[in-house]
Amino acid sequence: MFRTGFVNFWRDGFISLASVLVMTITLFSLGLIIFSGVILKASLLELQDKVDVTVYFLPNASEEAIHSLEKTVETMPEVKTVEFISENQALDEFRTRHENDQVTLQALEELGYNPFGASLNIKAKNTSQYESIAKFLDKKSELSQGDSRIIEKINYYKNKAAIDRLTKIIEGSQKLGFALTVILALISILITFNTIRLAIYTYREEVGVMRLVGASRQYIRGPFVVAGILYGFAAGVIAMIIFYPLTIWLGSTTANFFGGINIATYYIDNFFELLVILVGSGTVLGGVSSYLAVRKYLSV
Amino acid sequence: MILYDKVSKAYPSSGLVLQDISLTIDPKEFISVVGHSGAGKTTLLKLLLAEEKPTDGFVFFESTNIHRLAQSEMNEYRRRIGMVFQDYRLLPNKTTYENIAFAMEAAGRTDEEIAADVPHVLELVNLSGKMWNFPHELSGGEKQRVAIARAIINQPDVLIADEPTGNLDPLNTNDVIQILQKINELGTTVILTTHNKSVVDSIGRRVIVMEGGRIIRDDTSGQYAL
Repeated sequence: MFRTGFVNFWRDGFISLASVLVMTITLFSLGLIIFSGVILKASLLELQDKVDVTVYFLPNASEEAIHSLEKTVETMPEVKTVEFISENQALDEFRTRHENDQVTLQALEELGYNPFGASLNIKAKNTSQYESIAKFLDKKSELSQGDSRIIEKINYYKNKAAIDRLTKIIEGSQKLGFALTVILALISILITFNTIRLAIYTYREEVGVMRLVGASRQYIRGPFVVAGILYGFAAGVIAMIIFYPLTIWLGSTTANFFGGINIATYYIDNFFELLVILVGSGTVLGGVSSYLAVRKYLSV
Repeated sequence: MILYDKVSKAYPSSGLVLQDISLTIDPKEFISVVGHSGAGKTTLLKLLLAEEKPTDGFVFFESTNIHRLAQSEMNEYRRRIGMVFQDYRLLPNKTTYENIAFAMEAAGRTDEEIAADVPHVLELVNLSGKMWNFPHELSGGEKQRVAIARAIINQPDVLIADEPTGNLDPLNTNDVIQILQKINELGTTVILTTHNKSVVDSIGRRVIVMEGGRIIRDDTSGQYAL
């Protein structure tokens, strides 16, 4: 079965070549889906990373009370990171930001004290979770109202519209990416199946002859399935080879424009994973397509 | 050995192509089935190969209704029937040796048995020198002899030859008929369909004449008459 499959693959040069080329295009598209997904994910992560909620504290708020709140916030499942910025750090950052603005710096000097309070920068795991974090902080009413008040303001509500919009964009992009992946994967499967079905169509009379000499279905089907697996294997390897120069060429471009992800680095770091996905998909698709395609001619 | 019991066959597009056929074929017979195109000769053979099912009636092979065989039994049964076609139906991407070997592989024979038997059968059909040629490198007569070698390699009980000389010149026709006669002498039942009067007359064995899907004559004297 294996020997016959290999021999048929080699001898039916033109049919094998055509099938491998079409499957290469299919697997190349699958590879593009993977790389696009990686780029989309990196870009969305970069966008998400730019969003945070800052809790500003009154200048007289004690560090103990602030750190107590910091610890409470850190335990929330929605929270990714919490960064404490002291009054002095806030002052330094202000000075750095306005180092070319002498008027502002002079006004600050004339005040004679540090007008900045400490703050907490909170990053959520997902942009849609900022609202629940802000609500949690609101519930800590004793910290925001009355004599024990330490929170001056939370900037979430000021940025709420922008964060909500960004959340919708991210969720929409993820859904669109998933839908495109499913559609392209289905198209790839259909193209592969039809290519192999056409290749096997040319053998329909031979299959009939094999049936009439008493060959079992397994005996007839085996070499076709082996040839289908070989088509997929060869196509997967070729697609991987094509991706090498392509990712090198596009690597710096993707690094500059899409969330710092260099697809050449990604290709090299995940070479074996990509190889297994492309070659594995190719061999499975080729084998299953051949199995199904030859079934039609086995009914004699 | 073979019994057609009141067999009829109809196709939706062409209606009845066989009508109430009853026919008995004994072991080691050599039967020529003759008739015009559309007389039902090929359908008669297809029913024996279980390539088609009868609309009415039954076809028995050694008391077994062949159209009730399970798939595995069908494979076994077909290995007991050798088939030769007018258009040879060789596998174009296989050499002469491989075309014959695959019929043995299909029957579960070992590589050693194949290596021993294939040269022997090629000698029987005078093709020892063409063992490694592909079909496109052979003449029509040579292709038909390869097809006969493939049909008899598993030593079938019955050899069916459907117009085997239809595409051959007189010289090759004579060669093929001589080989079929030799196979019959070795104990294989041969069923031959043909249009060729001189072939039938030269064989001089039982002749069945078909017309309009019916057997109109069953002549043991071996004369072609329409």
